[in-house]
Amino acid sequence: MSMKNIILAGALAAAVATPVLAQEPVKIGMITTLSGPAGYLGQDIRDGFQLAIDAEEGKLGGVPVELLVEDDNLKPGNGRQIADRFLNNEGVKLFTGIVFSNVAGATVPDIVDAGAFYISPNAAPSNFAGKECHENYFVVSWQNDSLHESAGQNATNLGFETAFVLAPNYQAGKDAISGFKRFFKGEIVGEVYTRLDQTDFAAEMAQIRDVAPDVVFQFHPGGLGIAFLRQYQQAGLLDMVPMVVAEPSMDAVILNAVGDAARGVNVSSHWNTDFENSANEAFVEAWKEAYDRPITYYASQGYDAARAIASALKATDGTLADADAFRDAMRQAAFESVRGEFSFGPNQHPVQNWFALKVVDGEDGKPTLETVGTVLENHGDAYAAECQL
Amino acid sequence: MTLFLEQVLNGLQLGVMLFLMAAGLTLIFGIMGIINLAHGSIYMIGAYAGTYVAMETGVYYAGIPAALAAAALTGSAMEFLVVRRLYKRDHLDQVLATFALILISNQAITLLFGRQPLFIGMPEALNSSVELLPGLFYSSYRLAIIAMGLLVALGLYLVINRTRIGMLVRAGSTNRDMVRALGVDIRLLYTIVFGLGALLAGLAGFMAGPILAVQVGMGEQILITTFVVVVIGGVGSIRGAFFASLIIGVFDTMLRAYLPGLLRQVMAGSEADALGAGLSSMGIYLLMALVLLIRPKGLFPAHS
Repeated sequence: MSMKNIILAGALAAAVATPVLAQEPVKIGMITTLSGPAGYLGQDIRDGFQLAIDAEEGKLGGVPVELLVEDDNLKPGNGRQIADRFLNNEGVKLFTGIVFSNVAGATVPDIVDAGAFYISPNAAPSNFAGKECHENYFVVSWQNDSLHESAGQNATNLGFETAFVLAPNYQAGKDAISGFKRFFKGEIVGEVYTRLDQTDFAAEMAQIRDVAPDVVFQFHPGGLGIAFLRQYQQAGLLDMVPMVVAEPSMDAVILNAVGDAARGVNVSSHWNTDFENSANEAFVEAWKEAYDRPITYYASQGYDAARAIASALKATDGTLADADAFRDAMRQAAFESVRGEFSFGPNQHPVQNWFALKVVDGEDGKPTLETVGTVLENHGDAYAAECQL
Repeated sequence: MTLFLEQVLNGLQLGVMLFLMAAGLTLIFGIMGIINLAHGSIYMIGAYAGTYVAMETGVYYAGIPAALAAAALTGSAMEFLVVRRLYKRDHLDQVLATFALILISNQAITLLFGRQPLFIGMPEALNSSVELLPGLFYSSYRLAIIAMGLLVALGLYLVINRTRIGMLVRAGSTNRDMVRALGVDIRLLYTIVFGLGALLAGLAGFMAGPILAVQVGMGEQILITTFVVVVIGGVGSIRGAFFASLIIGVFDTMLRAYLPGLLRQVMAGSEADALGAGLSSMGIYLLMALVLLIRPKGLFPAHS
């Protein structure tokens, strides 16, 4: 090699060296569900996440980031393929975004086994919280069961003694009912599993009216829940039997669609728009500025996931190469969550408060969710003990 | 007893909805030999068009002509553009092509209306309950659906049995080739049958709007049950579709309402609930298998 070439190579190497490398944005791979009836869930997670990036003008924790978004179509196989492509072709070390537990179940093991990090903004199935927990797997939202446990506790707190429970006949439906039962101290006087493709609940409404329980707990995601609530009102049950639900049954989009038929429904949630803390006020204001649609709790989770990542990127100056340092920084949860107090439990799932919300008339006459009290304090999950980290 | 009667009414209401769908499907299948998976899409398009117009105008009844027009238009367009090319092809091609129509119409509706379901309230006059017997209250809207379904059934009976068109339809479902050999414009007959089926599906879709969510994919939910009705009733037979719809409607409702309770007499509560839910969702398919075992051509075969 001639002298000239050596000098040239040296100059090139210098040009590529540290200062430029530090400017290289950290790639964040977001695998989420953007199509189909549940597409708004992923859309809100993505937009909430993006909001946190925009607030820092393309950075998280002062480190430039590049967000790569792909739609998994709610198909576990697609999620895996996207993860594979991100890992091998794009060199992504940091993942987030998955909405549904079945997609997470197929995708997350590949990601963490490859040494990358996964920060969940939504789904958190029980197996990953217990025996199969992983040091590179963090959940910023909640463990799935807590959604329904908090609903059960809410029903107990409200003094209801008999409950009629309904959910679709599939895994998440059964989990919902067992989660509810775990924290409901009263008696279950009716337990009905509906079909996942069922949209007419007239037979179930007649049964509820016949049994006349103190309270009805139902878990019907998306369009099913909307149909259920409307028929509940049409059957005249809304004024007769109070209802408690977990937050997936009453997000802002469902509330908007159901309208009057939701009035008086009790919801348990880890977040609401009216929370009074500076992080939440900034988030709600930024959302209203940026988007012309209701804020769902999915958006808040996307935002919180981004801020959690930001705190760890800040502590490590954006060097993901040292996985131990990044992991330690994540565990601190040194960010202000829009839900208020937040920390990670031993299995890197949230320990947080759950709140009672109620659907009331808003200032504009439209039904809105109002926070009325606390349901559970510093609630972790039942699986943490099984996790060996 | 009132609970039982209420469940019977619920079953009847489900039954007439199924009949509106099945009447068209069975004619299309019986006369034209087409397996039209896109029948559910016409139901959805009728529901969207009717609900949209009713919401925009604020008048519920304005939705009816809109739903019928949209459904008939979609039906004719489907027949003219796609189905017409499939008469001579085998069933697999028909299933593929009409399945493609499902995907296309679902995506088109998503583009036009978004993923959020549409909602429409019940018309004022029907938004109440009627006391049919002492202690038995039933939604007037659901009663109106039952009445409408029975009226349509009566109308179809008269058209099929008393008019010239009806005679051709009957002849067509018994022996297609003979009708053609006698010089009847079979193409026109096909278009009429397809349009009629589409009208009924559109009507069913619109009437379902205030009860169910008007959303993308709503047609596929009812389509499968409708096929069960068509098979049980006998392909091509309106009478069969009518009785099979009511049987399936009542049978399905009764299973859902009473099976878990019955099972709870003989086993633990939670197991009974889970098994009951499983069995009741299988119920109509078991019934279909049973009917096919005993009467392979359905209860009222058109070709008998």
